[in-house]
Amino acid sequence: MPKMQGGRPPINPKVLGRLMKMLFEFYPVMVPVTIVCIIFSSISAAIPDMYIQQVIAIITNAVDNQISWDTAREQLIPKMITLVVLYAIALAAIVLYTQLMAFITQGFLDKMRKAMFNKMQDLPIRYFDTHKHGDIMSYYTNDIDTLRQLISQALPTLLRAGTVVVAVFFIMMWYSIWLTLVTVLGVIAMFVVSGMMGGGSAKYFIRQQQSLGKAEGYIQEMMNGQKVVKVFNHEEQSKAQFNEINAALAEDSYRANAYANTLGPVVMNIGNILYVIIAVVGGLLVLSGAPNLAISGMALEISIVVAFLNMTKQFTGNVNQVSQQINAVVMALAGADRIFSLMDEEPEADEGYVRLVNAEIASDGTITEAEHHTGHWAWKHPHQADGSVTYTRLEGDVQLDGVDFEYEAGKPVLHDVSVFAKPGQKVAFVGSTGAGKTTITNLINRFYDIADGKIRYDGININKIAKSDLRRSLGIVLQETNLFTGSVMDNIRYGKLDASDEDCIAAAKLVGADDFITRLPEGYRTQLSGNGSNLSQGQRQLIAIARAAVADPPVMILDEATSSIDTRTEAIVARGMDKLMEGRTVFVIAHRLSTVRNSDVIMVLDHGRIIERGSHDQLVAQKGQYYRLYTGAFELE
Amino acid sequence: MLKKLLSCVREYKKPTWLTLIFILGEAVIETLIPFMTADLVNSIKDSAPMGHVLQVGGLLAVMALVSLACGACAGFTSAKASTGFAKNLRGDMFAKVQEYSFRNIDKFSSSSLVTRMTTDVSNVQMSYMMIIRMAVRSPLMLIFSTCMAFYMGGALAAAFVFTIPVLAFGMIMIGKKAMPAFRAVFKKYDKLNESIEENVRAMRVVKGFSRENYEKQKFASAADDICQDFTRAERIVAYNTPLMTLCMNFDMVFILLIGARMIIRDNTLDIGQISAMITYGVQILMSLMFLSFMYVMVTMSIESMKRIVEVLDEEPSLRNGADAVKEIPDGSVDFRQVSFKYSEKAERFALSQIDLHIPSGATVGVIGGTGSSKSTLVQLIPRLYDVSEGSLLVGGRDVREYDIASLRDAVAMVLQKNLLFSGTIRENLQWGNAGATDDEIREACRLAQAAEFVESFPDGYDTHIEQGGTNVSGGQKQRLCIARALLKKPKILILDDSTSAVDTHTDALIRQGFREFIPETTKIIIAQRIASVQDADMIVVMDNGSIADVGTHEELLERSPIYREVFEQQTHGNGGEE
Repeated sequence: MPKMQGGRPPINPKVLGRLMKMLFEFYPVMVPVTIVCIIFSSISAAIPDMYIQQVIAIITNAVDNQISWDTAREQLIPKMITLVVLYAIALAAIVLYTQLMAFITQGFLDKMRKAMFNKMQDLPIRYFDTHKHGDIMSYYTNDIDTLRQLISQALPTLLRAGTVVVAVFFIMMWYSIWLTLVTVLGVIAMFVVSGMMGGGSAKYFIRQQQSLGKAEGYIQEMMNGQKVVKVFNHEEQSKAQFNEINAALAEDSYRANAYANTLGPVVMNIGNILYVIIAVVGGLLVLSGAPNLAISGMALEISIVVAFLNMTKQFTGNVNQVSQQINAVVMALAGADRIFSLMDEEPEADEGYVRLVNAEIASDGTITEAEHHTGHWAWKHPHQADGSVTYTRLEGDVQLDGVDFEYEAGKPVLHDVSVFAKPGQKVAFVGSTGAGKTTITNLINRFYDIADGKIRYDGININKIAKSDLRRSLGIVLQETNLFTGSVMDNIRYGKLDASDEDCIAAAKLVGADDFITRLPEGYRTQLSGNGSNLSQGQRQLIAIARAAVADPPVMILDEATSSIDTRTEAIVARGMDKLMEGRTVFVIAHRLSTVRNSDVIMVLDHGRIIERGSHDQLVAQKGQYYRLYTGAFELE
Repeated sequence: MLKKLLSCVREYKKPTWLTLIFILGEAVIETLIPFMTADLVNSIKDSAPMGHVLQVGGLLAVMALVSLACGACAGFTSAKASTGFAKNLRGDMFAKVQEYSFRNIDKFSSSSLVTRMTTDVSNVQMSYMMIIRMAVRSPLMLIFSTCMAFYMGGALAAAFVFTIPVLAFGMIMIGKKAMPAFRAVFKKYDKLNESIEENVRAMRVVKGFSRENYEKQKFASAADDICQDFTRAERIVAYNTPLMTLCMNFDMVFILLIGARMIIRDNTLDIGQISAMITYGVQILMSLMFLSFMYVMVTMSIESMKRIVEVLDEEPSLRNGADAVKEIPDGSVDFRQVSFKYSEKAERFALSQIDLHIPSGATVGVIGGTGSSKSTLVQLIPRLYDVSEGSLLVGGRDVREYDIASLRDAVAMVLQKNLLFSGTIRENLQWGNAGATDDEIREACRLAQAAEFVESFPDGYDTHIEQGGTNVSGGQKQRLCIARALLKKPKILILDDSTSAVDTHTDALIRQGFREFIPETTKIIIAQRIASVQDADMIVVMDNGSIADVGTHEELLERSPIYREVFEQQTHGNGGEE
């Protein structure tokens, strides 16, 4: 819980309100029914106290006046029947609400998860670039867990205990205001003590979280670097350092837990002492025959004191339950606050109205829209001015014209970059890390939007193209390969969901991945998990390339796509890549200059500017930066 | 398993026992309190003299205070015991992992080790605290309360004879049905979270292919499936509350009705006893409830316990021999019919039948495609793994005869997966030699071509390195790692593809430095670039786990087709790199 650091009190009443509103909106019938059931069952749990008083009164009366059991039984039976009926109804209400709670809790969490996930899918790449993945994950794990705790435990308990407290309070007032006053004073004492202790506990819980985070960070670093530790015989030092961190964690968590553990017995025994006080005060009042002040106007008698003792227990017990839920409520509200911050993120904007459609192309070049797959695609461009629609054939002509861009205000990354890629051309970007190579590709598929200048795809400003269609027309293979849990076939098919098995295998063959895939234990049906951890980095890249190939887009972006394939294997892949690139516009970013050598045009980027451009031979002849890179006089990292 | 875990309690046995004693005290008093209150109620009812009422009341208050003290002390000691236990577990696991060999490390992924040392230990800590606080308390309360109920209520206690088995049986049934359901759904839930994580990481792919809606649908169906399973499991557990209420209500009606009869007709009971009986009823049922709760907690943490014990029980696969030799005479290396496989079950040898002699002080290049086992070959030299067959000699002696730490001090290895740790550059370099002077550090950095950029940082050698070394470039990181290895003043220096991100010019300078300043050190260099190895005394060409050829650059160009292929690929693609 990194955001709890700094001791900011995380209670925000607005968050609670919003949660409640969502709860009611999701379950407009179930939630009110549940609430009614809880309140009803709580009240019926308090009412028997009145019956006990009456029963005891009958008993005392019978004993005092020597009334026979038979007569007393006549009086008792109706009371008992009412009690049983009350219990039965309460039991039904309890069964109903506990079952409903199971539905509501899980249903609500399910809806929340889906809402979060859907929202997340709509967020721009910027969000993922600026938030730690671990933090995003903790919304789904830790924060959702706190909500579960809140809805399934804390809220029903608060409602139930709260109702009992109120009900018992009024019953107590009915019998004796004096005794009620004593009870209330005791409860106030309870609150003061538990508030004091709860404060200490909260402080140490925050500290415990911090040292837990520290220990976790250290363990993570050391476990990742364990082989280095071994190579340097550094075991003893790392143990010593860990022991320090570990001891600090144990100390903080000792204090946090000690406070929390002590709270229960303290509050309970204040309850016990209160019980004694009530008994003594009640006894004194009865003995002294002091005038009773009560709503009912009844005189204080022993049956009332006995019943009152029971009520005191109930009252303090429930107050205790309320206080024990406070921590859960605070944690849940902090969790909900974080979840809402995700939900309130601005989604990726898309004002694009130019769509990619299947097209029929007549021999004279006129384009008509088709309902079915024709193998041809066209941009459908409705013009607002005159309501007409024009169709432009999808060809893969990409132009960047005077593009400026900055990730953070005031820190420009690209200056006045212009690139013209004709359909079928191969354009390479070369330059050191941070020169802006990847940024250019981020702009073409609109992961980020440019600050100034224009990017046109087949002559259309890409801001006018619907993002999903723009990206559909661009194939992309990234340096960091990400595969999904599922079979190899599923992973290739990700590029084109309606591709047949044959299409996928053909794509794998095209890029030279078929060879190793068929040698896997289960061929294309081999299950991948953990980002394909059972494959080598090179094999993962080949699958990613096949995934892009099956999509068959007119424009491809290869960002260090072959960086992890060794030079020997790359020679094999290169043939596949050449086939893949045939007839497509390709943007290549590569570390290895051998990969970019045969490009139609090579752009040398430096600090966000294109400083050289031309073919390999031209650039070598220029003897500029490219030449220096090429001759190894310059570090490419 | 339990024995192994409990052996880690060690110095926290004392607070554990103290907790049990305090809890015992608390439980005894807590069962006596209703007994005393019955007395109090009766004395009020019987209009006993106020002195007696006050006396009983005072005694009760004292008992409450003692119970409070016991409870509070138990709160502290149980926290001490459980957090201390957790500390020992973490410490033992960490220490154990330090003893692991590479083979052991390969077996556990680092992320799984992290989870075991954090989440799993927290789970065990929680259940330990729960157990020492409740394991004594609940059964005691159950027994005491039942005894007291029979002692005070006589026939009235028959109510409990009926409800205790009903409640116990009901809760066992619910637990039996719910536990497997929960276990199954938790597995699914973990999978769901893994898929979310996968999705977050692969967001560029998702968006690149416009697969947002596809992912949403996929997620929704998985989430709905889990929701159904969860609801089913929770609905079973939800019967606990009504069951408990039913039992309590039954006791109440029974006690009131039969109690009234006993008072009025038989005159064998008084009113104080009735209210005590009600209290005992609640206590009995509550302790049953806690027992079942405890059972659930413990079963839930059994998985965690297993995972912790797995780490503790893992036998380090490498150990020092009886009279390990601490002195490594020179830097010669001999592979004699060495074969190696990573796991005994593996079908294929990663290395087979390697014969190779490297004289002390030689510079050796190793080249070959991915999967040709270059790294495997060199990892045997500092005994990161043991050979499966044959023998490996360093300085004329089998590596298994050396003290492992001495051997690794003499054989410095820069791993392919390089890592710097959070801390200053100086602290990182001192891993090579804890007592290294500033001059020695500067010297090593100069040799690794790192001095220039380090000294250009405002804080120089005190520059802070972020976790994972993210604030220096790949090439800089590699050079620092080389400097770190050089500080060991090794007899053998192994670079496993350690200059891949360094430009060719600097790469050449590093090799030149090696030649001039550490001529006696045997240097073994694995590289992708021919340029990095072509001036070596000998170049080993690896292919598919065996040595394809050994020779100088010229010899290999002549006769090794693999070497020639790589050479041509690189010169053709990048003529000037040579």
